[in-house]
Amino acid sequence: MKLIIAMIQPHKLPDVKKALFEAEVHKMTVTNALGCGQQKGFTETYRGVIHEVNLLKKVRLEIAVNENFVKPTIDAIIKGARTGKIGDGKIMVLDLSECIRIRTGETGREAIG
Amino acid sequence: MFAGFKRRVLAVLSGALFLWGSQTAFASSSGDGALYASTAGIDTLWVLLAAFMVFIMQAGFGMLEAGLIRTKSTCNILMNNFLDFCMATMGFFIFGYAIMFGTGNGFMGFNGFLLINATHTGTIPLEAAWLFHAVFCGAAATIVAGGIAERMKFKCYLIYSFLISATIYPVVGHWIWGGGWLSKLGFGDFAGSTVVHAVGGTAALVGTMILGPRIGKFNKDGSANAIEGHSMALASLGALILWFAWFGFNPGSTLSVGDGSLMAKVAMNTNIAAAAGALVAMFFAWNKFGKPDLSMTMNGALAGLVAITAPCSYILPYESAIIGAVAGIIVVLGTVFLDKLLIDDPVGAVPVHMMNGIWGTLSVGIFGHQALGLSRDGLLHGGGFTQLGVQALGVGAVVVFVAAGMTLIFKLIDRSMGLRVSREDELKGLDISEHGMEAYAGFQIFTTK
Repeated sequence: MKLIIAMIQPHKLPDVKKALFEAEVHKMTVTNALGCGQQKGFTETYRGVIHEVNLLKKVRLEIAVNENFVKPTIDAIIKGARTGKIGDGKIMVLDLSECIRIRTGETGREAIG
Repeated sequence: MFAGFKRRVLAVLSGALFLWGSQTAFASSSGDGALYASTAGIDTLWVLLAAFMVFIMQAGFGMLEAGLIRTKSTCNILMNNFLDFCMATMGFFIFGYAIMFGTGNGFMGFNGFLLINATHTGTIPLEAAWLFHAVFCGAAATIVAGGIAERMKFKCYLIYSFLISATIYPVVGHWIWGGGWLSKLGFGDFAGSTVVHAVGGTAALVGTMILGPRIGKFNKDGSANAIEGHSMALASLGALILWFAWFGFNPGSTLSVGDGSLMAKVAMNTNIAAAAGALVAMFFAWNKFGKPDLSMTMNGALAGLVAITAPCSYILPYESAIIGAVAGIIVVLGTVFLDKLLIDDPVGAVPVHMMNGIWGTLSVGIFGHQALGLSRDGLLHGGGFTQLGVQALGVGAVVVFVAAGMTLIFKLIDRSMGLRVSREDELKGLDISEHGMEAYAGFQIFTTK
């Protein structure tokens, strides 16, 4: 079992969701996030005062998958989120030691479903 | 403590009463009765008050449009709304009034640029007439902001808003209110269904068609996606401000007080049509889409208001209810129709202002009464098709003229500086890309569409 965490551009979420659905990945958690990597922030002005905004709006996806779904999920995220420009985001894959479905008490592979 | 406060209030009140009493005594003892103002003075007061109310429409349009678009372009639409009024003021001051009311030919007027040697016929002074017509011009200009929302460059909008106020709007105004060719035919447009709303709505349609739909509005198979407005609270505040301001827009167009009967009738008809439009739009959309929709209901009220603007003085109350009710149907069907044509009109400026501006203008020829000041009786009152024909010719000519003029203006701007922002800027939102600021700094907002 793996936990896939992806940071993507907010406006690419519809494309990523579509690609994931096509890869038959229907379960995900999406959160608003602020962050930046290599990409620089943008400049804001407010009543003549200029300030750098370093943290950009990002969207964080969390998807728990069984081993055979790891590659399709990663491929789908890349397909949906990639533009080739700086700021496309990152995908991180973590080992997941346990997963429990609250409603039924199922654990492991069944809980991920 | 409280008793002391009460005593003080009483003392102040009795003092005020004494002063008021002594003043009335002075007035009646001065000999010529209690005449405080001339007829012209009262007319001017009414027209100025109405102009101030129409000015508040800028706030109404601003809130309505801001509420019906996404957070990421809110600063931009409010800037558009703010600046088009400033541009309309300047455009109407330098060129507009002269073209609209100057002496000239049937097409446009030629004298009174910068208001030098400008004149006004009627009881009210030129200054009051100018202000009243300038706020109307601003309303026509700002209608477009809703149609072109979330994708037009700000500098292009500035240029557009000056040009429409300095050229397109005043030419149409001259035809209908400035003694031009349509007024000579007996064309009836009491407060501007054609002059303001068909002009603004047509310009909005041209703008949104030249820009193309917002990214993500339509799917490849031609189906439409809902891009929800971010604040229905702001939008409904805007709609109610507009409804309120319409009591200046229509009744103020009497341009005089008289015995008060005309402005009272116009105010009543205006209100009845707005309510009928809202109710019918709500029930019709409820039946069609399954739920009573706030946004559609508000647009129904505005549709009724736009439609009643031309006929409000020429008809009976039950006829204004019918006109408003039809407007409520038109606005719902028109919104669906535009989506079918793949035209993205974010706030419904075209169904509300253009379609119902046309309907309101035609309704004069259907329901109008000669006895109420129209040139001829309408279709339903034995006047035949003559008045309806004049109305159709007039609004048709205006729509064609505005469509051609605005196409030229938008195409020229597009050629010289590019009308639409880049894809990246549009996705980021116009607040950051055009103005470098956010409308809701410090809030966490989804910008995933």
